[in-house]
Amino acid sequence: MLRLAPYLVAAILTLPVLAGMLGALIPSFGFLPVLGKTDVGFGPWRALLAWPGLGTSVLLSFLSGLVTAAIALSLALLFLAIFFETRAFTWLRQAIAPLLAVPHAAAAFALAFLIAPSGFLARLMSPWATGWQRPPDLLIVQDEWGLSLMAGLVMKEVPFLLLMALAPLAQIHAGERMRLARSFGYGRVSAWFKTIVPALYPLLRLPVYAVIAYSSANIDVALILGPVSPPPLAVQILRWSNDPDLDFRMIASAGAILQFVVTAGAIAVWILAERCVGLLVRGQLVSGRRVAGDAGFATLGRGLFPVLILASMLGIAALGLNAFARVWRFPDALPGRWTMAHWQSVAETAGGPIAATLWIALLTTLLSVVLVVCVLENERQRGARSGRALEFLIYVPLLVPQIGFIFGLVLLAEMAGAPPGGGLVAAGHVIFVLPYVYLSLAEAYRRQDPAWTKLARTLGQSASGAFWKVRLPMLLTPLLTAFAVGAAISIGQYLVTRLLGAGRVETVTTEAIALAAGGDRRLIGAWALTQAILPVAGFALALAAPRLIWRNRRGMLGGSR
Amino acid sequence: MSLGLGLKDVRITLEGRELLALDCMIAPGEVLTVMGPSGSGKSTLLSFVAGFLTAPFTAEGRIELNGADITDAAPELRHVGLLFQDPMLFPHLNVGGNLLFGMPPGGRARATAAGEALARFGLDGFMDRDPATLSGGQASRVALLRLLLSEPKAALLDEPFSKLDRHLRGDIRRFTFERLRDAGLPSILVTHDPEDAEAAGGPVVELAI
Repeated sequence: MLRLAPYLVAAILTLPVLAGMLGALIPSFGFLPVLGKTDVGFGPWRALLAWPGLGTSVLLSFLSGLVTAAIALSLALLFLAIFFETRAFTWLRQAIAPLLAVPHAAAAFALAFLIAPSGFLARLMSPWATGWQRPPDLLIVQDEWGLSLMAGLVMKEVPFLLLMALAPLAQIHAGERMRLARSFGYGRVSAWFKTIVPALYPLLRLPVYAVIAYSSANIDVALILGPVSPPPLAVQILRWSNDPDLDFRMIASAGAILQFVVTAGAIAVWILAERCVGLLVRGQLVSGRRVAGDAGFATLGRGLFPVLILASMLGIAALGLNAFARVWRFPDALPGRWTMAHWQSVAETAGGPIAATLWIALLTTLLSVVLVVCVLENERQRGARSGRALEFLIYVPLLVPQIGFIFGLVLLAEMAGAPPGGGLVAAGHVIFVLPYVYLSLAEAYRRQDPAWTKLARTLGQSASGAFWKVRLPMLLTPLLTAFAVGAAISIGQYLVTRLLGAGRVETVTTEAIALAAGGDRRLIGAWALTQAILPVAGFALALAAPRLIWRNRRGMLGGSR
Repeated sequence: MSLGLGLKDVRITLEGRELLALDCMIAPGEVLTVMGPSGSGKSTLLSFVAGFLTAPFTAEGRIELNGADITDAAPELRHVGLLFQDPMLFPHLNVGGNLLFGMPPGGRARATAAGEALARFGLDGFMDRDPATLSGGQASRVALLRLLLSEPKAALLDEPFSKLDRHLRGDIRRFTFERLRDAGLPSILVTHDPEDAEAAGGPVVELAI
């Protein structure tokens, strides 16, 4: 049974993606018998390419992928360069997972509420600094260049890259490299970029590509912060697929295929850039220069990161203030009158969505954790890694644009007669929850000393006894963290829920994003907070439970053995 | 029936190269010391006897324990106990839980027996202690007691004293060998400390690389 686990996981990670791509490719040539369309030809493609504004949509998607990845990677590396092995780094290790748990949509709303012309920032600065007595007539949120969109994406991708860097940093013995280089007289930042980054980046490559893929094809952040007309390609595809005129389904299919090409193109350009940078810096590594703008970078980082963290906190505060505001005149920094009315409205309507969110998240995460444990245990028992293949396949759902294959999956589900609804949505969530659970658990699982199992067996336990009584209890903390990560991913899923649920499955995320178009800030504030509180509460539980259970077991808290 | 741990024509090879060959009988209460540099295969011998030998190592020969051939038995059915470099007390269990984990099932008397055994080892009232709060010497004694209470028929010691502080090492070593002798266990000790071999007082096998 255990031997089948890696194959099952590989199938879950790849088959829906392949099937979904096929499900988009075939209708893009006019063949969609469910809707009575059998005129095979280039009609949908011609209609797609003739669509006004398509070029801008493509360019927006392409650039937001590359620019977001470049800025997010630079910020993550700069942060580590300056703070690696300091108190801030220790703090980061603990805070990073809950930070990541905040759903994209909630983070995007927080940013919108902060930087909008009538947002929190403008209010805090007005009128004493800006002179504004009324909100300026500026298009800041949803600007046509997609700058606020990219800013919103960067905000979420920096923590992701930081988290993905933690395990490789241990693997390449970054601390020793740093100490060695500094003993040769290299400055902190130079030592970082010359001795650690060249070894770290190859291990960070897939996460970076995942950032490009996500940012070039993202829907939830784009619906909140992205330009409206023309919108990024993925949003345009969603509009086509929602169009009552069914002919647009085939244009959407062609658009989904185009989205693959755009994302693949962005990744290809990045790889090309990687090569160029590699060639350019090769000589620099051994130039012998000990400091290269170290002081400047250090000052930059020490100024920049507190500002970014402060901005995130102000954004969350803006959500909270809006959620309780009754009257909030510009440019007042705080609401003039307060109310619980928005929360009452949420309380009246949120019961169903919260219940749906929770059962889908718990079911998909439980299934994913069981599958991942089976894969890792199989690897342990057979004494060999499941191979690099699975390590790569884990990234497939993160590298392929969601809108492309989910849309194809919906068409296939319709053809197969599978009823859209909670079951289908939960199945779809597993595709995305599984990789994150694996990434979160694998390291801790592999690090556990095999001697514990041997010891248990010499004390009379069977292989399964050793697994249940020793291995799993000792891994309780990472298991709970993986559970919280998986649940957070499931809670944040928008597109899968929307498309596979055919609009009938409402979660806190679909509800919150549905409000974006309406622009009722008070209600959005309350819903976005609700959406953010669920995963963060999950993390709080996952962190608190081991402290309670192991309060008399110091060896189980802190460093794992 | 011959009491003791017998290694019959045991040969351990790594990719065709012979690491060690042994043919001997370890009597109850006797300690066979195997010495040699790292990579000489001494820990592999312990893996073979305990039932954990994995590729790329291969082994031939038979292992007999009190007359029974255990070469192909599952590790948990061999009744061969292990002591490692670290005490390896299960961090998720308290001291009493660690002891009970290895004891054969049966009734309330187990806990009483474990408590009394702790007292005999100078650890009276330690049943509910968190293993992480023990000193190095105390943890070593609990690990030894856990092994003895699991009622093994033989013991394997994988450099169990190498990580102890120098001033503790002599005491713990003497204590361990006395208890193993009292229990009448045939034992194999793997080490590269000649003082260990001397204290063990049994036959010594030196391995070359």
